[in-house]
Amino acid sequence: MDLSGSQTRQTIITLGLLSGALILFTGAVGMIAAFHEREIVRDFITLGQLVLLITPFIFGYTAANRLGMTGEAPIVVLGGGIIIGLLTALPTTIMLLFNSDEFRFLLDWALRLAPFVLATAIAWRLYRQNVETLTVIGSWLLVAVLLGIVTFSLALIFEVKGELRSVLVNINRDWVEVVTFDHRKDLMRGIFIFSLASVAAGFLGSLCYYVPRTPRRALFYGLSVTLLVGAFGETVRLVLQENLERDTLNQLFRRDTLRGNAALGLLVVSTVIGYLWAAFGDRARQGFQNLGGQQRQTTGMIGTVLFVALLLMLPWLIGRTLSDVAVTIGLFVLMGLGLNIAIGLAGLLDLGYVTNYAVGAYILAVMTSIGPLGLMKGTFSFWMVIPIALLAAMFAGFIFAVPVLRMRGDYLAIATLGFGEIIGKLAISDWLKPLIGGAQGVQAIPKPIFLGTELKNPEQLYYIVLVACLITLFVSIRLNNSRTGRQWMAIREDEDVATAMGIDTARAKLLAFTLSAATGGVAGAIFAAKVGSVFPNSFTVFISINVLSLIIVGGIASNPGIVVGAVVLIGLPELLREFSDFRFLLYGALLIMMMINRPQGLIPTKIVTHEIRAGVKAKAAAGD
Amino acid sequence: MLQMFKWKTGEFSWVDFTIDVLRILIVLAIVVGSWNTLSEGRISFAQWVNLFIAGLSQGSIYALIALGYTLVYGILLMINFAHGEVFMAGAFSTVFLAEALNRTGFLNQSPVLAILLMILFAGLVSMTVAILLERIAYRPLRGSPRLVPLITAIGASFFLQYTFRGLYGSGFKAYPQVKILQGVFQVGSINIPKVQIFVFISALVLMFALYWLVERSRIGKAMRAVSENKEVARLMGIDIDWVILFTFGVGGFLAGSAGVINGMFRPQGVNFFMGFIPGIKAFTAAVLGGIGNIPGAMLGGLFLGVIEAIGPNLVLAGLGIPGANQLKDVIAFTMLVLVLIFRPQGILGERLSEKKA
Repeated sequence: MDLSGSQTRQTIITLGLLSGALILFTGAVGMIAAFHEREIVRDFITLGQLVLLITPFIFGYTAANRLGMTGEAPIVVLGGGIIIGLLTALPTTIMLLFNSDEFRFLLDWALRLAPFVLATAIAWRLYRQNVETLTVIGSWLLVAVLLGIVTFSLALIFEVKGELRSVLVNINRDWVEVVTFDHRKDLMRGIFIFSLASVAAGFLGSLCYYVPRTPRRALFYGLSVTLLVGAFGETVRLVLQENLERDTLNQLFRRDTLRGNAALGLLVVSTVIGYLWAAFGDRARQGFQNLGGQQRQTTGMIGTVLFVALLLMLPWLIGRTLSDVAVTIGLFVLMGLGLNIAIGLAGLLDLGYVTNYAVGAYILAVMTSIGPLGLMKGTFSFWMVIPIALLAAMFAGFIFAVPVLRMRGDYLAIATLGFGEIIGKLAISDWLKPLIGGAQGVQAIPKPIFLGTELKNPEQLYYIVLVACLITLFVSIRLNNSRTGRQWMAIREDEDVATAMGIDTARAKLLAFTLSAATGGVAGAIFAAKVGSVFPNSFTVFISINVLSLIIVGGIASNPGIVVGAVVLIGLPELLREFSDFRFLLYGALLIMMMINRPQGLIPTKIVTHEIRAGVKAKAAAGD
Repeated sequence: MLQMFKWKTGEFSWVDFTIDVLRILIVLAIVVGSWNTLSEGRISFAQWVNLFIAGLSQGSIYALIALGYTLVYGILLMINFAHGEVFMAGAFSTVFLAEALNRTGFLNQSPVLAILLMILFAGLVSMTVAILLERIAYRPLRGSPRLVPLITAIGASFFLQYTFRGLYGSGFKAYPQVKILQGVFQVGSINIPKVQIFVFISALVLMFALYWLVERSRIGKAMRAVSENKEVARLMGIDIDWVILFTFGVGGFLAGSAGVINGMFRPQGVNFFMGFIPGIKAFTAAVLGGIGNIPGAMLGGLFLGVIEAIGPNLVLAGLGIPGANQLKDVIAFTMLVLVLIFRPQGILGERLSEKKA
């Protein structure tokens, strides 16, 4: 195999090690073992195993794409896939050996040798760069001593603690079980199988580069649909339960997992559909674009009507459990749309959005509760308090906005974060206990009553949330195109220029904060009514971060983006319980990756995309 | 400064008016609260001194973390929001070393060496985390609009929290007790816990080391040059990327060592979320002293610690608020907001306020 080009070698090694590090990391934080609990296809593959296999596959494909682009021979490209597979397995294999009783001594030796090897490597690099000899020796000593301290401490920790597991809690039996494909007893065999699977996945990934475009896309569609249906087996089953006979269902599913033959059938069907779409989809889109304005408008109208009809019928289609999830998603859409006014339109990074949510929830709780803390004892109904909660939240938004009007960017973000924390601490304090119950919160909040029926099921509450979302959406679209919206955008771009243009920035910012607070209050009030009680623990910084993440991921200032962001970021962890432990880990990673690779979000607006491009161009022009 | 006296020029701004009202209200609350407390005399002089010293120790920990914020801000004009998590990384990792040292008996046989080893280990762990953070998350974003690195930093903060939760578990782990740090020092009628003295002195040593590094060493000179003007520094042959990486490393090291000192000081133990609140407070301290200003961060940290210790008892209790000590954090965050409103350039930092505006 010819791997002479250093560029080629570097690509393969970097991607391979990255993939390996990813596998080891997901294992060490417990993701792989947790995901193993969820079977995608019965007796065939679990989500944990899928992660193990899909990582080398994707990295193999990426490497093949890069190498193929530079015109490497197929043998190099495919060989690269194999090497990536091997490198993917390497870190995890080393960890497996360290973890086993027989090869424990390897860990000790590695810790003893690491300082010298690494120090020598660094010194060698410096030497090659023609650094003075004295400096090279000095840096060798420094690195060796510092690393020596670390490895000595690590050796001490593992010596005293015994097993790796007592420090790294997730390097445990479950993890070994998964990565060795159930060969924990026979470790060597397990490692062999794991490496082989990883190599095969890497090889297949690089092979995919040579599959023609249309079948490749078809296969991609088919596999993703099958894997998604499998992973969300529970959800899909719940949906189908509403609409299918029990016997038919049992042929497709066994409890919550897809049966093998059902999965195969689904794969074939979705691949065929995917093939048709890949082959003729472009032509269909072309045809749509060739339609006259009138016809296009009609098609668009029909689409909208169908979509609204679907939204209206959703609770019947998906059943109770999923309606509950839909309500949660709806609440976050509501908050996302609200916060978007501040962040997306006016560019004010508000990290204390939870304040408004808490105000809304507590107002509703105190006003309607029939428990000891209720002020009105049932004289006020849900419908009367919703506007009060809205106004109260707007008032809170106003009050908190006044002091921060002069602040910009990052200072504003930290100050609002401070507000959020203050509210949290006040809610739990003894000081306000007589009013809002301290840590015990407020209980006995009655459900809303609409035309004599008590709306106690999520299917019914769903409509309240839906209506609130639609109203907010309408207002937000109108605001976006209004004079105020333009003012906000001007402030977002450059506050000084906006002032110079004669915009009253203080007024515009105040308006943005106040309006953005309103939906937070409504969401809080609906949340309180849904749960039936309010605890201070529900109002942490995590709410603010959740809302922020869904805006960023969906696309700043983009309404469809926010809906998609909410469905993905809120819905996913609710539906895949295995995800919920790693929710903020993934959010964090997602925020970093989005900011680096796609700052405009998944579904960006034209303006934001344009601005980011313009920014990049300006940066390039400035030579930075 | 001009903006503060805008109303004198005859131009009325209701934002200024509201802020002035706020200012008067706060001064009033502080005066009335303190007057009530002092006239009641519920707390003796010795107790005040104790609170003050406890506040100084806590504040010196804030100061060590705050230095990391200030160093990075001085060079990149960016708030490394994940710095609290860098602190957590060192503190959480070293708890295992502390347990191991305790189990072998080394911790009580030669406590100085053992604690030194712990501080070095924690510092190096945090340093690694900080350097990785800069290299992976922040470097690709250099020069992008200001909110972009901030959002990345928020993401990094939660990513690190939950990474360490995954690695070490979600429970609390307590640092073992060191025998020589138990007990109190008696000065007249005042008892000072020994551990507080240890905390204060070790923090001071670290701060002086940093001050020497920045003001006297070659790399410190390079750091100051880069913070002054990146482009010119580059033209003078300074490797900017290396200096920035080094700055993150130094900030990380201080945060990690603060983690160990904090662990000795606070018996309730460490967990993955421990860095978040101290992180915000340390940022407050950095702003208080004037962000970008190294002595300012030290001073701001001590100041915040003292206010946090004395404030609830002096002002809030005087205003008749029950459970005033629960509202410690509220005092700290209110301080943050107040400083940002009234004196965003901080106590000492005039220099950077111009750059910022």
